[in-house]
Amino acid sequence: MLNVALPKGRLGEKVYAMFESAGYECPSIKENNRKLIFENEKKQVRYFWVKPSDVAIYVERGAADIGVAGKDILLEYNPDVYELLDLNLGKCRMAVAAPNDFNDDGQKTLKVATKFTNIAADYYASIGREIDIIKLNGSIEIAPILKLSDVIVDIVETGTTLKENNLEVKSTIVPISARLIANKSSFKFKGEDIERIVDSMKNQVKCND
Amino acid sequence: MIDNNILRNEEKAIFALRSLYGRYGYKPFKMSKFEEYEFYIQNKDFLVSDRIIAFNDTSGKLLALKPDVTLSIIKNGEDINGYKQKVCYNENVYRVSENTHQFKEIMQTGVECIGKIALYDINEMILMAAESLALRSDNFVLEISHLGLLSSLLDNVCKNTAFKQETIKYIADKNPHDLSRICDENNVDENLKNILLCFIAIYGERSTVLQKLDTLGEYVSKDALNTLKTLSSMLDKLSCSDKIKFDFSAVSDMNYYNGIVFKGYIKGLSQSVLTGGQYDNLLYKMGRKSGAIGFAIYLDLLEDLPDEKQDFDVDVLLLCDDTTDNNILTDNVKQIIESGKTVSVQNTDTGKIRYKELKDIRGGV
Repeated sequence: MLNVALPKGRLGEKVYAMFESAGYECPSIKENNRKLIFENEKKQVRYFWVKPSDVAIYVERGAADIGVAGKDILLEYNPDVYELLDLNLGKCRMAVAAPNDFNDDGQKTLKVATKFTNIAADYYASIGREIDIIKLNGSIEIAPILKLSDVIVDIVETGTTLKENNLEVKSTIVPISARLIANKSSFKFKGEDIERIVDSMKNQVKCND
Repeated sequence: MIDNNILRNEEKAIFALRSLYGRYGYKPFKMSKFEEYEFYIQNKDFLVSDRIIAFNDTSGKLLALKPDVTLSIIKNGEDINGYKQKVCYNENVYRVSENTHQFKEIMQTGVECIGKIALYDINEMILMAAESLALRSDNFVLEISHLGLLSSLLDNVCKNTAFKQETIKYIADKNPHDLSRICDENNVDENLKNILLCFIAIYGERSTVLQKLDTLGEYVSKDALNTLKTLSSMLDKLSCSDKIKFDFSAVSDMNYYNGIVFKGYIKGLSQSVLTGGQYDNLLYKMGRKSGAIGFAIYLDLLEDLPDEKQDFDVDVLLLCDDTTDNNILTDNVKQIIESGKTVSVQNTDTGKIRYKELKDIRGGV
């Protein structure tokens, strides 16, 4: 039985469609109910919906053999998993944004508000910039407006929210998209099944490009 | 005589592994629980975590609870021409858990061979690693990598250290998409990029891997490739040969490790339970002339293997009270134990003890 952790929400639904096309369908998942675990005994596959940020934990700890997680989560928590395929879904970027008129002259410690403290710390360490990290859990955009921080490090999709708050992207840290990940031990023992899925999804990604 | 049924998974493993290593001439090595703190600070890059439990001893000297065993063994050895120090150990180490970020006591068993390391020694180490895994499960995989092969490939692609480190991470993650991206960002030649992407996809059954490596031509070290070929043919003779694979995603810190490195997995456990490899570079850094190879098994992880489930706590629940004659009670207990059964003497059946048979001698019956 192959256990698959899917991220709840629109991304998860798109990803399930890819699994279905790969021949691992599970019709009961489309029933309108509050169940979280769905199994197709014949296809030897079990899906479960989990919070997107928890997918990597389920996979790293072996509760799921494979799963789909955003690159932002993988960079932030650095789970010990294989990252087998870029699904090219949920594409966005991790970026530094600041008020339009802000210019970092490097003379003072830079105050950075973010939900992604590890990504921000690694990025500024790589360019040797002294920073003070302010961990926030939401509405990051208001931090520079209220002078809580100089800049923010956050996910930018279309940039509309930034624009509406008079912010702009100052630099891109890394492109983000959904990734197919696998538990390292599961890959040793269920490798053939996992590779079959990867090959099929790879073709689907190519066709969608 | 020890009743095997009462032993936990990790306890069974300790006895079986010590016996296995003894058959290959590895002598138990007992070390102190503490080392000087300064010793670990000097070698902190070798440690899994640089957070160490330190305290002052009675003379004020700063000591540490061992976070690692290998360093202590190396420190205590000496280089003697023609001699290989072969030791096994079973020790607790104290490290910060990556999950809880708290200190954790970890029971670790392992072997170390220190001296001039020949191909036979590598083969012997892999053989013992495979047999160690086989003692716990028939369903295991031991994957072998060669860091010399990887570093020769990277030297041919790019001299930039930061690029190499990122490449190693992506190879360890089996992540071809980000590997491709950083190749483009670093203007790596298209042909060399394809060689790297080809390399990341080479893993699995040994003979197939060797055939594929041959196609990489001069990009990989001939010496490393020949070592893998000879080793593979030596491993062919083992009964569990099909469970030993090549997988170059098994990478370890190249500042300390060189040559062959390996990891062992058991079905049902979510992470590798065995890690090992050749670490000549560590000995060199510590001023030793010898080479070394060894591995460790993390016994705490074996807790997650399914135990044979016990349906009962005891065979007989023997109930007595204040009026029961003590001689009769003692005779009853003796009789039950002599019949090969287990017994628990209690005053009432509270439901906390699961038993096969109830014997009630309350009221002096």
